[in-house]
Amino acid sequence: METVTNRAYAEMVKKASPPSNSARNIPLAFLIGGAICTLGHAFIKLYTSRGVPEETAFPAASVTLVFLSALFTGLNIYDKLAKYGGAGTLVPITGFANAITAPALEFKTEGYVMGLGAKMFIIAGPVIVYGISAGVAYGIIIYLFRLY
Amino acid sequence: MELFWEYAKAFLVGGVICAIGQVLIDYTKLTPARILVIYVVTGVILGGLGLYQPLVDWAGGGASIPLTGWGNTIAKGTREAVAEKGIFGALSGGLTGSAAGVAAAIFFGFLIAVAFKPKNKED
Amino acid sequence: MATNIGQYTLRLDQSPSIIGSAAIGGKKEAEGPIGRMFDIVNNDALFGQKTWELAESEMQHQAAQKVLDKCNLAPGDIQYLFAGDLLNQLVASHYGLRELGIPFFGLYGACSTMAESLILSSMLVEGGLAKKVMAITSSHFCSAERQFRFPLEYGGQRTPTSQWTATAAGACIVAECSQPPYVRAVTVGCIEDKDVKDLNNMGAAMAPAACTTIKRYFQDTLTGPDNYDLILTGDLGQVGSDLLIQLLQREGYDIKKKHADCGLILYDQRTQDVHAGGSGCGCAAAVLCSYIIPAIKEGKIKDMLFIATGALMSPVSVQQGQSIPCIAHLLHLSSTPNPKPQGGNL
Repeated sequence: METVTNRAYAEMVKKASPPSNSARNIPLAFLIGGAICTLGHAFIKLYTSRGVPEETAFPAASVTLVFLSALFTGLNIYDKLAKYGGAGTLVPITGFANAITAPALEFKTEGYVMGLGAKMFIIAGPVIVYGISAGVAYGIIIYLFRLY
Repeated sequence: MELFWEYAKAFLVGGVICAIGQVLIDYTKLTPARILVIYVVTGVILGGLGLYQPLVDWAGGGASIPLTGWGNTIAKGTREAVAEKGIFGALSGGLTGSAAGVAAAIFFGFLIAVAFKPKNKED
Repeated sequence: MATNIGQYTLRLDQSPSIIGSAAIGGKKEAEGPIGRMFDIVNNDALFGQKTWELAESEMQHQAAQKVLDKCNLAPGDIQYLFAGDLLNQLVASHYGLRELGIPFFGLYGACSTMAESLILSSMLVEGGLAKKVMAITSSHFCSAERQFRFPLEYGGQRTPTSQWTATAAGACIVAECSQPPYVRAVTVGCIEDKDVKDLNNMGAAMAPAACTTIKRYFQDTLTGPDNYDLILTGDLGQVGSDLLIQLLQREGYDIKKKHADCGLILYDQRTQDVHAGGSGCGCAAAVLCSYIIPAIKEGKIKDMLFIATGALMSPVSVQQGQSIPCIAHLLHLSSTPNPKPQGGNL
């Protein structure tokens, strides 16, 4: 296969590979992602209407969605929804919960400590690492420049 | 009617934030894990610059539920903690602000993993 | 004895026979176009085991047992066993076949393993080093998915170029020339890398390797697509098949009318949501063992080329940004043996 250069072959591959169906994917992500966020908002409204202060109602709504996502992951429903939702099921906090629950469940066969416990973070770990690190960097910056 | 608009705003903002994620999936080589990292760090930066909280105030769950909202709570928690405790707050604030979400994901993830059995994808 | 023809091809003058084959499939495979041809179908993806890895082992064990039963042989009748799968350290083969007590060679050729094991089996028989040799491979969607991609419960979208790892296994027994199908020639592939890095486009990564091996075979044997009823690739899928046809066109060979791909035979692309088609060692193995070998036996296929391709990366190499090295091995299978050389001159 010396007759086709790597670059020429990359062009051929590009042409032969069907593109993602964005005309379907993007509206679906919008609809399903929007629906999950609206559900979250409904929980916020529910909790505030019961007298919960807003600064507690927001995280409480997130926690509720996290629980539902973990449950639906266990019931093998979340991955089916994600087939259609794409980023709509990835980006909300439910996607984070799915990314934690799925490997924990799947790698349980390797034991409760090194399987479930350690591999829980193989997908979502980076989110915690970079989220917290960015937060600490931000804290140091505002401390040094007295921006708080 | 006002209630309808409130939900419509949440739906619209949440939907747009997710649709941007889909554009990244379809048109770049970014893996899902990278997209999540980008979202959370973007949330920290926007939250740090004070640009994200107005969106949360306007759209409620539409802005707080996506992972950018989680980044925003990290920034918010850090800012409050630095104001209160100085440089030590830079370390403690982020996790304090976002603690409920992380702890819930870990604990419920653990519970579900213990309770359920891995299953084949049916299709 | 075997004769080297050209630089890369070995003609097996004795023409060893594939005296038996068995195929096993999961539920999705059984629902596919050739599902009813499998010897054993198990709707339980766990095959009654505790883990996906053990399920794949069980599948290999059942395939080995089934092919022995079909040939009325005992494990002691088999002198060597070539086996492989996709899992780290070939655990599916090692655990699945440990009870057989047959001298064992483990092979890693990724999805090319069925061709690789058949070639080595045929060479041993051709050289008179063994009377009966077994070749067996498997893949399992769930065990492959958790090793190479994501946990099964993780919500992710598959790209249109991605392929579906088959839950299937195939086993063959190769023996001295006695009945069709005969293995008449083999071409062992070289590792080829065209700098494709997309794990979700394996067909594109593997097509150049298939092109090279097929071209070398044609050049060595002075034949072309017209000499064969069927040119069957292992698991190039839709994208890889299109690319292979284009690549060979550039080399002056038009295989379009003769070409088929196991990854496109195993599943119905329109209804089974497998995107670009099936893949995995078990894909080529199950299609060959359930559908193709009986067809040659019955004379429906007279001469064909079987080319199984494999992508030889690991999750580690891909995370380190390396491209995907690939390989393709070829066998010429026929309903008639090679003509006996007369008077010693070829």
